[in-house]
Amino acid sequence: MNELEYTYAVARIRALENSLLSDADIERLLACPDEGQCLQLLIEKGWGDGTGSMDAPAMLKKEEEKAWEVIEDVAPDMSVFDVLSYPKLFHNLKAAVKQVCTGKVTENVFYEDCAIPGSEMLRIVQNKEFQRLPGNMGAAAAEAYDTLLHTKDGQLCDVIVDRATLDAIYEAGLKAEDEIIQEYAESTVAIADIKIAVRSQKTAKSIDFMKRAMAHCRSINTEQLAKAAASGIDAIRDYLSGTSYAEGAATLMESPSAFERWCDNRMIETIRPQKYNTFSVGPLVAYVVARENEIKTARIILTAKQNGFPEDSIRERIREMYV
Amino acid sequence: MNELGMVYALLGAAAAVFLSGTGSAKGVGIAGQAAAGVISEDPSKFAKVLIMQLLPGTQGLYGLIIGFVTLSKIGLLGGGAADISVKTGLMVLGACLPVGIVGLFSAISQGKTSAAAIGVVAKKPDQFGKAMLFPAMVETYAILALLISFLAVSAIQI
Repeated sequence: MNELEYTYAVARIRALENSLLSDADIERLLACPDEGQCLQLLIEKGWGDGTGSMDAPAMLKKEEEKAWEVIEDVAPDMSVFDVLSYPKLFHNLKAAVKQVCTGKVTENVFYEDCAIPGSEMLRIVQNKEFQRLPGNMGAAAAEAYDTLLHTKDGQLCDVIVDRATLDAIYEAGLKAEDEIIQEYAESTVAIADIKIAVRSQKTAKSIDFMKRAMAHCRSINTEQLAKAAASGIDAIRDYLSGTSYAEGAATLMESPSAFERWCDNRMIETIRPQKYNTFSVGPLVAYVVARENEIKTARIILTAKQNGFPEDSIRERIREMYV
Repeated sequence: MNELGMVYALLGAAAAVFLSGTGSAKGVGIAGQAAAGVISEDPSKFAKVLIMQLLPGTQGLYGLIIGFVTLSKIGLLGGGAADISVKTGLMVLGACLPVGIVGLFSAISQGKTSAAAIGVVAKKPDQFGKAMLFPAMVETYAILALLISFLAVSAIQI
Protein backbone atom coordinates (compact mmCIF):
# COMPACT_ATOMS: atom_id res chain seq x y z
CA MET A 1 0.00 0.00 0.00
CA ASN A 2 1.35 3.41 -0.95
CA GLU A 3 0.10 5.78 1.71
CA LEU A 4 1.03 8.82 -0.38
CA GLU A 5 -1.68 7.98 -2.92
CA TYR A 6 -4.22 9.43 -0.46
CA THR A 7 -2.48 12.84 -0.16
CA TYR A 8 -4.89 14.63 -2.52
CA ALA A 9 -7.94 12.89 -1.10
CA VAL A 10 -7.08 13.60 2.54
CA ALA A 11 -6.40 17.30 1.84
CA ARG A 12 -9.76 17.58 0.10
CA ILE A 13 -11.48 15.83 3.00
CA ARG A 14 -9.76 18.25 5.40
CA ALA A 15 -11.32 21.15 3.50
CA LEU A 16 -14.71 19.39 3.57
CA GLU A 17 -14.49 18.73 7.31
CA ASN A 18 -15.14 22.46 7.79
CA SER A 19 -18.70 21.91 6.63
CA LEU A 20 -19.38 19.02 9.04
CA LEU A 21 -21.78 19.83 11.86
CA SER A 22 -20.04 20.76 15.10
CA ASP A 23 -21.40 20.42 18.64
CA ALA A 24 -22.26 24.15 18.46
CA ASP A 25 -24.34 23.54 15.31
CA ILE A 26 -26.19 20.74 17.10
CA GLU A 27 -26.91 23.12 19.99
CA ARG A 28 -28.33 25.63 17.51
CA LEU A 29 -30.52 22.91 16.00
CA LEU A 30 -31.74 21.97 19.46
CA ALA A 31 -32.57 25.60 20.17
CA CYS A 32 -34.83 25.80 17.09
CA PRO A 33 -38.50 25.96 18.07
CA ASP A 34 -39.76 23.68 15.30
CA GLU A 35 -38.79 21.37 12.44
CA GLY A 36 -39.05 24.17 9.85
CA GLN A 37 -36.42 26.27 11.62
CA CYS A 38 -34.15 23.22 11.89
CA LEU A 39 -34.46 22.57 8.16
CA GLN A 40 -33.77 26.26 7.44
CA LEU A 41 -30.61 26.07 9.55
CA LEU A 42 -29.47 22.92 7.76
CA ILE A 43 -30.12 24.56 4.36
CA GLU A 44 -27.93 27.49 5.46
CA LYS A 45 -25.21 24.94 6.26
CA GLY A 46 -25.41 23.72 2.66
CA TRP A 47 -27.62 20.68 3.23
CA GLY A 48 -30.13 19.53 0.62
CA ASP A 49 -30.20 19.79 -3.15
CA GLY A 50 -29.65 23.56 -3.30
CA THR A 51 -33.27 24.36 -4.24
CA GLY A 52 -34.27 25.28 -0.68
CA SER A 53 -36.69 22.34 -0.49
CA MET A 54 -37.99 21.71 3.04
CA ASP A 55 -38.56 17.99 2.47
CA ALA A 56 -36.67 16.44 5.41
CA PRO A 57 -36.37 12.80 4.19
CA ALA A 58 -35.23 13.98 0.74
CA MET A 59 -32.68 16.30 2.34
CA LEU A 60 -31.20 13.55 4.52
CA LYS A 61 -31.11 11.12 1.57
CA LYS A 62 -29.35 13.77 -0.54
CA GLU A 63 -26.73 14.28 2.17
CA GLU A 64 -26.00 10.53 2.26
CA GLU A 65 -25.58 10.58 -1.52
CA LYS A 66 -23.30 13.62 -1.35
CA ALA A 67 -20.99 11.91 1.17
CA TRP A 68 -20.52 8.91 -1.12
CA GLU A 69 -20.18 11.09 -4.24
CA VAL A 70 -17.20 12.82 -2.59
CA ILE A 71 -15.59 9.51 -1.68
CA GLU A 72 -16.14 8.07 -5.17
CA ASP A 73 -14.56 11.23 -6.56
CA VAL A 74 -11.41 11.22 -4.43
CA ALA A 75 -10.71 7.60 -3.45
CA PRO A 76 -8.11 5.79 -5.57
CA ASP A 77 -9.61 2.41 -4.60
CA MET A 78 -13.30 2.05 -3.69
CA SER A 79 -12.94 -1.56 -2.59
CA VAL A 80 -11.55 -0.29 0.74
CA PHE A 81 -15.01 1.13 1.50
CA ASP A 82 -16.94 -2.08 0.76
CA VAL A 83 -17.04 -2.89 4.47
CA LEU A 84 -19.01 0.30 5.14
CA SER A 85 -21.75 -0.72 2.72
CA TYR A 86 -22.13 -4.29 4.03
CA PRO A 87 -25.06 -3.38 6.31
CA LYS A 88 -26.95 -1.95 3.30
CA LEU A 89 -26.01 -4.92 1.12
CA PHE A 90 -27.18 -7.49 3.66
CA HIS A 91 -30.28 -5.42 4.38
CA ASN A 92 -31.17 -5.75 0.69
CA LEU A 93 -30.69 -9.51 0.97
CA LYS A 94 -32.94 -9.68 4.03
CA ALA A 95 -35.65 -7.61 2.34
CA ALA A 96 -35.45 -9.65 -0.87
CA VAL A 97 -35.67 -13.00 0.96
CA LYS A 98 -38.70 -11.81 2.92
CA GLN A 99 -40.39 -10.39 -0.17
CA VAL A 100 -39.86 -13.59 -2.19
CA CYS A 101 -40.83 -16.01 0.62
CA THR A 102 -43.89 -14.12 1.84
CA GLY A 103 -45.01 -12.76 -1.53
CA LYS A 104 -45.69 -9.35 0.05
CA VAL A 105 -44.36 -6.45 -1.98
CA THR A 106 -43.40 -3.38 0.07
CA GLU A 107 -42.33 -0.09 -1.48
CA ASN A 108 -39.00 1.63 -0.70
CA VAL A 109 -37.42 -1.13 1.36
CA PHE A 110 -34.23 -1.49 -0.67
CA TYR A 111 -31.04 0.56 -0.70
CA GLU A 112 -29.96 1.47 -4.21
CA ASP A 113 -26.53 2.94 -3.31
CA CYS A 114 -24.67 -0.33 -2.75
CA ALA A 115 -22.98 -3.05 -4.80
CA ILE A 116 -26.20 -5.05 -5.38
CA PRO A 117 -29.24 -2.77 -5.62
CA GLY A 118 -32.76 -3.94 -4.73
CA SER A 119 -33.99 -5.06 -8.16
CA GLU A 120 -30.84 -7.11 -8.78
CA MET A 121 -30.98 -8.69 -5.31
CA LEU A 122 -34.64 -9.56 -5.82
CA ARG A 123 -33.81 -11.26 -9.12
CA ILE A 124 -30.99 -13.27 -7.50
CA VAL A 125 -33.24 -14.49 -4.67
CA GLN A 126 -36.20 -15.21 -6.96
CA ASN A 127 -33.99 -17.34 -9.24
CA LYS A 128 -32.10 -18.81 -6.26
CA GLU A 129 -28.80 -17.75 -7.86
CA PHE A 130 -27.14 -17.51 -4.45
CA GLN A 131 -23.74 -18.46 -5.87
CA ARG A 132 -23.67 -15.00 -7.52
CA LEU A 133 -23.50 -13.35 -4.11
CA PRO A 134 -20.04 -12.46 -2.75
CA GLY A 135 -18.25 -14.14 0.20
CA ASN A 136 -20.38 -15.69 2.91
CA MET A 137 -23.49 -13.96 1.58
CA GLY A 138 -24.48 -16.84 -0.70
CA ALA A 139 -24.55 -19.43 2.11
CA ALA A 140 -26.39 -17.01 4.43
CA ALA A 141 -28.94 -16.24 1.71
CA ALA A 142 -29.65 -19.94 1.08
CA GLU A 143 -29.98 -20.64 4.81
CA ALA A 144 -32.22 -17.62 5.44
CA TYR A 145 -34.38 -18.51 2.41
CA ASP A 146 -34.87 -22.15 3.47
CA THR A 147 -35.46 -21.19 7.11
CA LEU A 148 -38.10 -18.60 6.31
CA LEU A 149 -39.79 -20.90 3.81
CA HIS A 150 -39.98 -23.82 6.23
CA THR A 151 -40.45 -22.14 9.62
CA LYS A 152 -42.11 -18.82 8.61
CA ASP A 153 -39.97 -17.34 11.42
CA GLY A 154 -39.01 -13.85 10.28
CA GLN A 155 -36.87 -13.20 13.35
CA LEU A 156 -34.77 -16.30 12.74
CA CYS A 157 -34.27 -15.15 9.14
CA ASP A 158 -33.13 -11.74 10.48
CA VAL A 159 -30.71 -13.40 12.91
CA ILE A 160 -29.11 -15.48 10.14
CA VAL A 161 -28.59 -12.50 7.83
CA ASP A 162 -27.51 -10.13 10.61
CA ARG A 163 -24.97 -12.67 11.87
CA ALA A 164 -23.66 -13.06 8.31
CA THR A 165 -23.36 -9.24 8.10
CA LEU A 166 -21.25 -9.11 11.26
CA ASP A 167 -19.10 -12.05 10.13
CA ALA A 168 -18.52 -10.34 6.76
CA ILE A 169 -17.55 -7.06 8.48
CA TYR A 170 -15.17 -8.84 10.85
CA GLU A 171 -13.66 -10.85 7.99
CA ALA A 172 -13.11 -7.63 6.01
CA GLY A 173 -11.41 -6.13 9.08
CA LEU A 174 -9.06 -9.09 9.38
CA LYS A 175 -8.11 -8.86 5.71
CA ALA A 176 -7.73 -5.06 5.70
CA GLU A 177 -4.29 -3.47 5.58
CA ASP A 178 -5.60 -0.21 6.96
CA GLU A 179 -5.78 0.11 10.72
CA ILE A 180 -8.94 2.21 10.57
CA ILE A 181 -10.85 -0.59 8.80
CA GLN A 182 -9.58 -3.12 11.35
CA GLU A 183 -10.71 -0.89 14.23
CA TYR A 184 -14.01 -0.08 12.55
CA ALA A 185 -14.75 -3.80 12.04
CA GLU A 186 -13.78 -4.70 15.60
CA SER A 187 -15.86 -1.88 17.13
CA THR A 188 -18.86 -2.56 14.88
CA VAL A 189 -18.99 -6.26 15.72
CA ALA A 190 -18.30 -5.79 19.45
CA ILE A 191 -20.97 -3.08 19.81
CA ALA A 192 -23.45 -5.20 17.84
CA ASP A 193 -22.76 -8.15 20.17
CA ILE A 194 -23.36 -5.95 23.21
CA LYS A 195 -26.62 -4.67 21.69
CA ILE A 196 -27.73 -8.26 21.03
CA ALA A 197 -26.95 -9.20 24.63
CA VAL A 198 -28.89 -6.22 26.04
CA ARG A 199 -31.92 -6.72 23.81
CA SER A 200 -31.91 -10.49 24.36
CA GLN A 201 -31.81 -9.95 28.11
CA LYS A 202 -34.81 -7.63 27.89
CA THR A 203 -36.80 -10.11 25.77
CA ALA A 204 -35.63 -13.18 27.75
CA LYS A 205 -33.98 -14.98 24.84
CA SER A 206 -32.06 -18.20 25.38
CA ILE A 207 -28.27 -18.53 25.47
CA ASP A 208 -28.41 -20.59 22.27
CA PHE A 209 -30.29 -17.81 20.49
CA MET A 210 -27.69 -15.27 21.59
CA LYS A 211 -24.78 -17.47 20.57
CA ARG A 212 -26.35 -17.86 17.15
CA ALA A 213 -26.83 -14.11 16.79
CA MET A 214 -23.47 -12.94 18.15
CA ALA A 215 -20.40 -12.82 15.93
CA HIS A 216 -16.88 -13.58 17.10
CA CYS A 217 -14.55 -10.65 17.73
CA ARG A 218 -11.30 -10.03 19.58
CA SER A 219 -12.45 -7.65 22.31
CA ILE A 220 -15.58 -9.51 23.46
CA ASN A 221 -15.98 -13.12 24.60
CA THR A 222 -19.41 -13.94 23.16
CA GLU A 223 -19.76 -17.05 25.32
CA GLN A 224 -19.30 -15.07 28.53
CA LEU A 225 -21.44 -12.19 27.27
CA ALA A 226 -24.31 -14.55 26.39
CA LYS A 227 -24.11 -16.22 29.81
CA ALA A 228 -24.07 -12.79 31.47
CA ALA A 229 -27.12 -11.73 29.45
CA ALA A 230 -28.97 -14.85 30.54
CA SER A 231 -28.24 -13.94 34.17
CA GLY A 232 -29.46 -10.35 34.00
CA ILE A 233 -28.56 -6.76 33.14
CA ASP A 234 -26.28 -6.48 36.19
CA ALA A 235 -24.25 -9.44 34.95
CA ILE A 236 -23.85 -7.76 31.53
CA ARG A 237 -22.66 -4.60 33.26
CA ASP A 238 -20.21 -6.59 35.39
CA TYR A 239 -18.84 -8.43 32.36
CA LEU A 240 -18.44 -5.22 30.33
CA SER A 241 -16.69 -3.50 33.24
CA GLY A 242 -13.72 -5.78 32.63
CA THR A 243 -13.53 -4.96 28.91
CA SER A 244 -12.68 -1.84 26.93
CA TYR A 245 -16.44 -1.15 26.76
CA ALA A 246 -16.77 -0.34 30.49
CA GLU A 247 -18.31 3.07 29.76
CA GLY A 248 -21.12 1.33 27.93
CA ALA A 249 -21.83 -0.69 31.06
CA ALA A 250 -22.49 2.53 32.98
CA THR A 251 -24.95 3.81 30.35
CA LEU A 252 -26.85 0.52 30.48
CA MET A 253 -28.03 1.48 33.94
CA GLU A 254 -28.98 4.98 32.79
CA SER A 255 -31.49 4.32 29.99
CA PRO A 256 -31.82 2.42 26.69
CA SER A 257 -31.38 5.63 24.67
CA ALA A 258 -28.23 6.53 26.65
CA PHE A 259 -26.83 3.11 25.78
CA GLU A 260 -27.68 3.53 22.06
CA ARG A 261 -26.02 6.96 22.14
CA TRP A 262 -22.92 5.49 23.76
CA CYS A 263 -22.73 2.84 20.99
CA ASP A 264 -22.57 5.57 18.32
CA ASN A 265 -20.24 7.77 20.38
CA ARG A 266 -17.87 4.80 20.78
CA MET A 267 -17.58 4.61 17.00
CA ILE A 268 -16.81 8.33 16.80
CA GLU A 269 -14.10 7.83 19.44
CA THR A 270 -12.65 5.06 17.29
CA ILE A 271 -12.34 7.31 14.25
CA ARG A 272 -11.39 10.55 16.04
CA PRO A 273 -7.56 10.05 15.76
CA GLN A 274 -8.01 10.26 11.98
CA LYS A 275 -8.37 14.03 12.34
CA TYR A 276 -4.58 14.12 12.71
CA ASN A 277 -3.71 11.64 9.97
CA THR A 278 -2.47 13.00 6.65
CA PHE A 279 -1.44 10.03 4.51
CA SER A 280 -3.84 7.12 4.64
CA VAL A 281 -7.38 6.08 3.83
CA GLY A 282 -8.28 6.67 7.50
CA PRO A 283 -9.59 10.25 7.17
CA LEU A 284 -11.81 9.20 4.23
CA VAL A 285 -13.37 6.35 6.21
CA ALA A 286 -13.72 8.67 9.21
CA TYR A 287 -15.45 11.27 7.00
CA VAL A 288 -18.06 8.75 5.83
CA VAL A 289 -18.71 7.52 9.39
CA ALA A 290 -18.85 11.13 10.66
CA ARG A 291 -21.32 12.11 7.96
CA GLU A 292 -23.53 9.09 8.70
CA ASN A 293 -23.38 10.04 12.38
CA GLU A 294 -24.40 13.65 11.80
CA ILE A 295 -27.18 12.65 9.40
CA LYS A 296 -28.49 10.23 12.03
CA THR A 297 -28.34 12.99 14.66
CA ALA A 298 -30.11 15.46 12.36
CA ARG A 299 -32.78 12.83 11.71
CA ILE A 300 -33.29 12.33 15.47
CA ILE A 301 -33.64 16.08 16.05
CA LEU A 302 -35.99 16.62 13.09
CA THR A 303 -38.22 13.70 14.10
CA ALA A 304 -38.26 14.84 17.71
CA LYS A 305 -39.13 18.45 16.73
CA GLN A 306 -41.82 17.18 14.39
CA ASN A 307 -43.40 15.24 17.26
CA GLY A 308 -42.94 17.99 19.84
CA PHE A 309 -40.54 16.10 22.13
CA PRO A 310 -39.12 18.13 25.04
CA GLU A 311 -35.51 19.34 24.69
CA ASP A 312 -34.21 17.11 27.51
CA SER A 313 -35.58 14.06 25.80
CA ILE A 314 -33.88 15.03 22.51
CA ARG A 315 -30.61 15.94 24.21
CA GLU A 316 -30.40 12.45 25.72
CA ARG A 317 -30.27 11.02 22.20
CA ILE A 318 -27.77 13.47 20.70
CA ARG A 319 -24.55 11.89 19.41
CA GLU A 320 -21.08 13.42 19.71
CA MET A 321 -19.82 15.08 16.55
CA TYR A 322 -16.50 14.23 14.85
CA VAL A 323 -15.23 17.81 14.51
CA MET B 1 44.64 9.96 -14.50
CA ASN B 2 43.83 13.68 -14.79
CA GLU B 3 40.72 12.85 -16.80
CA LEU B 4 39.54 10.49 -14.05
CA GLY B 5 39.92 13.33 -11.53
CA MET B 6 37.68 15.51 -13.72
CA VAL B 7 35.14 12.65 -13.97
CA TYR B 8 34.94 12.42 -10.16
CA ALA B 9 34.55 16.19 -9.83
CA LEU B 10 31.78 16.21 -12.44
CA LEU B 11 30.11 13.29 -10.70
CA GLY B 12 30.06 15.42 -7.56
CA ALA B 13 28.37 18.31 -9.35
CA ALA B 14 25.90 15.92 -10.94
CA ALA B 15 25.10 14.23 -7.60
CA ALA B 16 24.45 17.59 -5.94
CA VAL B 17 21.99 18.62 -8.65
CA PHE B 18 20.44 15.20 -9.32
CA LEU B 19 19.84 14.06 -5.74
CA SER B 20 18.56 17.34 -4.32
CA GLY B 21 16.56 18.01 -7.49
CA THR B 22 14.92 14.59 -7.28
CA GLY B 23 14.06 15.18 -3.62
CA SER B 24 12.56 18.57 -4.41
CA ALA B 25 10.53 17.23 -7.32
CA LYS B 26 9.11 14.53 -5.08
CA GLY B 27 8.51 16.89 -2.15
CA VAL B 28 6.84 19.55 -4.26
CA GLY B 29 4.76 16.82 -5.89
CA ILE B 30 3.51 15.51 -2.54
CA ALA B 31 2.65 19.01 -1.29
CA GLY B 32 1.13 19.83 -4.67
CA GLN B 33 -1.31 16.94 -4.42
CA ALA B 34 -2.43 18.16 -1.01
CA ALA B 35 -2.69 21.74 -2.31
CA ALA B 36 -4.82 20.61 -5.25
CA GLY B 37 -7.11 18.74 -2.85
CA VAL B 38 -7.73 21.89 -0.82
CA ILE B 39 -8.13 24.16 -3.85
CA SER B 40 -10.73 21.85 -5.38
CA GLU B 41 -12.98 22.62 -2.39
CA ASP B 42 -11.81 26.13 -1.45
CA PRO B 43 -9.99 28.13 -4.18
CA SER B 44 -9.65 31.14 -1.84
CA LYS B 45 -6.74 29.39 -0.10
CA PHE B 46 -4.64 29.28 -3.28
CA ALA B 47 -1.91 31.72 -2.17
CA LYS B 48 -1.43 30.08 1.22
CA VAL B 49 -1.18 26.53 -0.07
CA LEU B 50 1.07 27.61 -2.96
CA ILE B 51 3.64 28.92 -0.47
CA MET B 52 3.46 25.63 1.41
CA GLN B 53 3.93 23.71 -1.83
CA LEU B 54 7.03 25.71 -2.78
CA LEU B 55 8.89 25.06 0.50
CA PRO B 56 10.34 21.67 -0.54
CA GLY B 57 11.58 23.24 -3.77
CA THR B 58 14.52 25.02 -2.15
CA GLN B 59 16.69 21.88 -1.87
CA GLY B 60 16.80 21.69 -5.66
CA LEU B 61 18.07 25.28 -5.74
CA TYR B 62 20.74 24.48 -3.13
CA GLY B 63 21.92 21.57 -5.25
CA LEU B 64 22.00 23.82 -8.29
CA ILE B 65 24.11 26.40 -6.44
CA ILE B 66 26.66 23.75 -5.41
CA GLY B 67 26.61 22.37 -8.96
CA PHE B 68 27.43 25.84 -10.36
CA VAL B 69 30.13 26.49 -7.76
CA THR B 70 31.71 23.11 -8.51
CA LEU B 71 31.62 23.60 -12.29
CA SER B 72 33.11 27.05 -11.84
CA LYS B 73 35.77 25.67 -9.49
CA ILE B 74 36.91 22.99 -11.91
CA GLY B 75 36.98 25.52 -14.72
CA LEU B 76 34.17 24.20 -16.86
CA LEU B 77 32.32 27.52 -16.65
CA GLY B 78 33.97 30.57 -18.13
CA GLY B 79 37.39 29.09 -18.77
CA GLY B 80 39.42 26.02 -19.59
CA ALA B 81 39.07 22.80 -17.64
CA ALA B 82 41.49 22.58 -14.71
CA ASP B 83 44.01 19.82 -14.31
CA ILE B 84 42.48 17.80 -11.48
CA SER B 85 44.12 14.82 -9.80
CA VAL B 86 42.08 11.78 -8.77
CA LYS B 87 42.52 12.73 -5.13
CA THR B 88 41.21 16.25 -5.73
CA GLY B 89 38.37 14.90 -7.87
CA LEU B 90 37.31 12.57 -5.07
CA MET B 91 37.50 15.45 -2.61
CA VAL B 92 35.16 17.49 -4.82
CA LEU B 93 32.80 14.52 -5.09
CA GLY B 94 32.80 14.11 -1.31
CA ALA B 95 32.21 17.84 -0.80
CA CYS B 96 29.13 17.72 -3.06
CA LEU B 97 27.49 14.76 -1.33
CA PRO B 98 26.07 16.54 1.79
CA VAL B 99 23.81 18.84 -0.21
CA GLY B 100 22.81 15.97 -2.51
CA ILE B 101 21.96 13.35 0.09
CA VAL B 102 20.51 15.67 2.72
CA GLY B 103 18.67 17.52 -0.03
CA LEU B 104 17.07 14.29 -1.28
CA PHE B 105 15.73 13.13 2.07
CA SER B 106 14.93 16.51 3.56
CA ALA B 107 12.90 17.58 0.50
CA ILE B 108 10.76 14.43 0.65
CA SER B 109 10.24 14.86 4.40
CA GLN B 110 9.47 18.53 3.91
CA GLY B 111 6.94 17.66 1.22
CA LYS B 112 5.13 15.36 3.65
CA THR B 113 5.23 17.98 6.39
CA SER B 114 3.97 20.60 3.94
CA ALA B 115 1.07 18.32 3.01
CA ALA B 116 0.19 18.01 6.70
CA ALA B 117 0.51 21.80 7.13
CA ILE B 118 -1.77 22.30 4.11
CA GLY B 119 -4.32 20.21 6.02
CA VAL B 120 -4.01 22.69 8.90
CA VAL B 121 -4.54 25.63 6.52
CA ALA B 122 -7.58 23.88 5.03
CA LYS B 123 -9.24 23.71 8.43
CA LYS B 124 -7.82 26.79 10.16
CA PRO B 125 -6.55 29.36 7.64
CA ASP B 126 -5.79 31.83 10.45
CA GLN B 127 -3.11 29.42 11.71
CA PHE B 128 -1.10 29.73 8.47
CA GLY B 129 1.96 31.21 10.20
CA LYS B 130 2.21 28.44 12.76
CA ALA B 131 1.50 25.75 10.19
CA MET B 132 4.30 27.03 7.95
CA LEU B 133 6.85 26.73 10.75
CA PHE B 134 6.66 22.92 10.75
CA PRO B 135 7.89 22.34 7.18
CA ALA B 136 10.26 25.31 7.59
CA MET B 137 12.01 23.47 10.44
CA VAL B 138 13.04 20.72 8.01
CA GLU B 139 14.72 23.39 5.88
CA THR B 140 17.32 23.92 8.63
CA TYR B 141 19.08 20.67 7.78
CA ALA B 142 19.12 21.36 4.07
CA ILE B 143 20.73 24.75 4.79
CA LEU B 144 23.35 23.14 7.06
CA ALA B 145 24.21 20.67 4.30
CA LEU B 146 24.39 23.51 1.75
CA LEU B 147 26.75 25.40 4.03
CA ILE B 148 29.08 22.43 4.49
CA SER B 149 29.10 21.57 0.78
CA PHE B 150 29.74 25.21 -0.13
CA LEU B 151 32.59 25.61 2.37
CA ALA B 152 34.13 22.27 1.40
CA VAL B 153 34.01 22.89 -2.37
CA SER B 154 35.37 26.42 -1.89
CA ALA B 155 38.20 25.21 0.35
CA ILE B 156 39.52 22.61 -2.07
CA GLN B 157 42.66 23.89 -3.78
CA ILE B 158 42.66 23.27 -7.52
